Amino acid sequence: MTRNLTNRIVMIVIVLALALWVDLSDKITIINPFSDTSLFEHDVKPRLGLDLQGGMQVLLEADLPADTKIESESMNIARDIVQQRTDALGVNENIIQVAGERRIVGEFPGLEDSDSVLAIIQQTGLLEFVDTGDYSPDPGIALKTDFAAGSSEVPTPTPGPEDFGAPAPEDVIYHTIMTGSDLESVGVGRGTLGDYTIDFVLSSEGADIFAEHTAANVGRFLTIVLDGTVISSPSIGGAIPDGQGQISGSFTSDSANAFAIQLRYGSLPIPLKVVETRIIGPTLGEDSLQKSLVAGLIGMVIVLLFMGIYYRMPGIVADLSILFYAAIAFAIFKYFHFTLTLPGIAGFLLSTGAALDANILIFERLREELRNGRNLATAVDQSWTRAWSSIRDSNLATIITSFILYWFGSTFGATIVKGFSLTLALGVAISLFTAVFVTRTLLALFLRTFKPTNFERWFGI
Amino acid sequence: MIDILSKRYLYFAISLLVILPGLVILAASGLPLSIDFTGGSLLEVQFEAGKAPQPADLVALYEKEGINDAQVQTTDSGTFVIRSSFLDNETRDSVLTAMETETGSVVSVIRFDSVGPSIGKQVTSRAALAVGVAALAVVIYITTAFRKVPHAFRYGVCAVIAMVHDVAVVFSIAGIGAILFDWQMDALFLTALLTVIGFSVQDKVVVFDRIRENSNILRRLDYETLVNHSIVQTLQRSINTQLMTVEFLLLSLALFGGITLQEFAVILLFGLFSGTYSSIFVAAPILVLWENQEWKNWFGRRKSAA
Repeated sequence: MTRNLTNRIVMIVIVLALALWVDLSDKITIINPFSDTSLFEHDVKPRLGLDLQGGMQVLLEADLPADTKIESESMNIARDIVQQRTDALGVNENIIQVAGERRIVGEFPGLEDSDSVLAIIQQTGLLEFVDTGDYSPDPGIALKTDFAAGSSEVPTPTPGPEDFGAPAPEDVIYHTIMTGSDLESVGVGRGTLGDYTIDFVLSSEGADIFAEHTAANVGRFLTIVLDGTVISSPSIGGAIPDGQGQISGSFTSDSANAFAIQLRYGSLPIPLKVVETRIIGPTLGEDSLQKSLVAGLIGMVIVLLFMGIYYRMPGIVADLSILFYAAIAFAIFKYFHFTLTLPGIAGFLLSTGAALDANILIFERLREELRNGRNLATAVDQSWTRAWSSIRDSNLATIITSFILYWFGSTFGATIVKGFSLTLALGVAISLFTAVFVTRTLLALFLRTFKPTNFERWFGI
Repeated sequence: MIDILSKRYLYFAISLLVILPGLVILAASGLPLSIDFTGGSLLEVQFEAGKAPQPADLVALYEKEGINDAQVQTTDSGTFVIRSSFLDNETRDSVLTAMETETGSVVSVIRFDSVGPSIGKQVTSRAALAVGVAALAVVIYITTAFRKVPHAFRYGVCAVIAMVHDVAVVFSIAGIGAILFDWQMDALFLTALLTVIGFSVQDKVVVFDRIRENSNILRRLDYETLVNHSIVQTLQRSINTQLMTVEFLLLSLALFGGITLQEFAVILLFGLFSGTYSSIFVAAPILVLWENQEWKNWFGRRKSAA
């Protein structure tokens, strides 16, 4: 047990040190001791929400002639798609609104580099699988297709090598076999060489077309075209009957993700252009923020005092493990670039209250066991065993709820629900760890160090 | 031991007393949706150099004109972006005149647009659907976790009934606040509601867990005494977790926090309190009511339990 306790304490210290490292720095770097180059770099600057810090405002306008009548429904769909595409970049609190009849206002907290957002908004994301016969165009080349030309009446010109009089490849209109609308799911994967790939699964209809085409055209090229530009042009190695495939190209992690996002959330019903970008200030006054932070601190201090006075030694242990909880949670928020808004911070404070619940459940049991005249060691063991089923089941119920909310939130683009549920699930998970692991270890350490005999003084009973 | 359960019909009456007024208000006057859900107007203005007011002054100026939901942001080009509920041309002009008299500066309008909601209609209906599915999952989960107890299914159903109760309380408080303090349902309200839902079931399970444990140890007790026993045993924990920790934090935020957080804190205060209240005074009593099949006595002869 002594060894075990030492191991636990070492682990707690390591986790705490890592958390504090992330909490207190803006950027974490691990230097390779042999070459002085950095092995690992990650930006952990806190990202503050529009209410606290402001952000970038982008004004988008429908890129259509001024006299074109635009259906308000199309603008709403465009708004939803812009929201989904930009939210997929991270855990954000972006605000996207339709403004007037042909504009969309987007606001992005804590963003300095406008290019990544603009790139993702502007591309319409039309993906085509094009039959280019024996011609394998290089990535980046513009290609004309019968789908983009707007007419499926165009006959399928498939220039063969024996066609001496064939026009230059860039003038040929190639036949589109299918488009991105036949995709069922899209994800980013890693190829055999560690390069990034786009993995996709086709709908059953798409899978049939794909199977038929690949079976009939083994050895020829199937060119993948996004918004009229060639992404890659693999040759068909054999029939692909199951509707699963992979697109490889020279992707970086970022470009592969951006590409996958575009494919997943479909194309915009209206082409949009950026009219204006600029930096906007916070919606909340400095005053409101200060007041709320002070209020939160007051509340926290009262709670910590209450725990210490009511539960005595275990209460103080719980206070320590709550501070521990806060350090870990904040580090995770920073590491994964969660956007911190004022209500988000309030919710975080609340989750510390919920994190105390597990401790309180255990301590109430401990007092019961001690009152029933058990000796200290048995009472401590019993309290954990007995309280565990309620801690497990109650927290699992919350985790199940938050997972379902998260799944809905991300599938249907309800950002606000998604961000909330992720924070909730993380809070519950970390609080379980601190209650079961940290509180227990620290309590064992305290009991060993102080060897309390006067239960009234040490446990308040 | 305190007898909690015998007055169960009184608790149901108290719940109805809290829930009904607010819901009646909402039914009569409609949901007081904020510009997050309904959209509104976006006015962008520029003042002469050196004469620009503070954002807070502009919010106050809007309030004087009877518009109490203005949000003001500054931009790096020195203009102000003001979002508020819909302004007709007349109100817009009187707001602009007020700006000119207050600051003594010429106010130029850079942009005046109507803006759509930042939370689309679909988001709200999908959130509701998500909560429905989550409730179903909770019933299934609790039924599985309590499978060794007779009628495990009832525990899941009672937890969800109490959750619906908590949601109704939150809506009722929002309705009452709408009448008394001009509260609006905004993105924060949705967050508060989800928080209440998230923690509601957690609280029920703690009480149910004690019933589960006791039903193994105290087999000879009748069900009502057993449940009463379990409530009393977990009472101290309920008080400490809820009142002493969570409510203290929220009270502090409501009393001393910035104005933007007050409404949020008060709604959570009631919602989370309701979460604990309903574990003891709604979920557990319904379990007993179900066990005794008391509805058979509701009509016809006189009430037996109340």
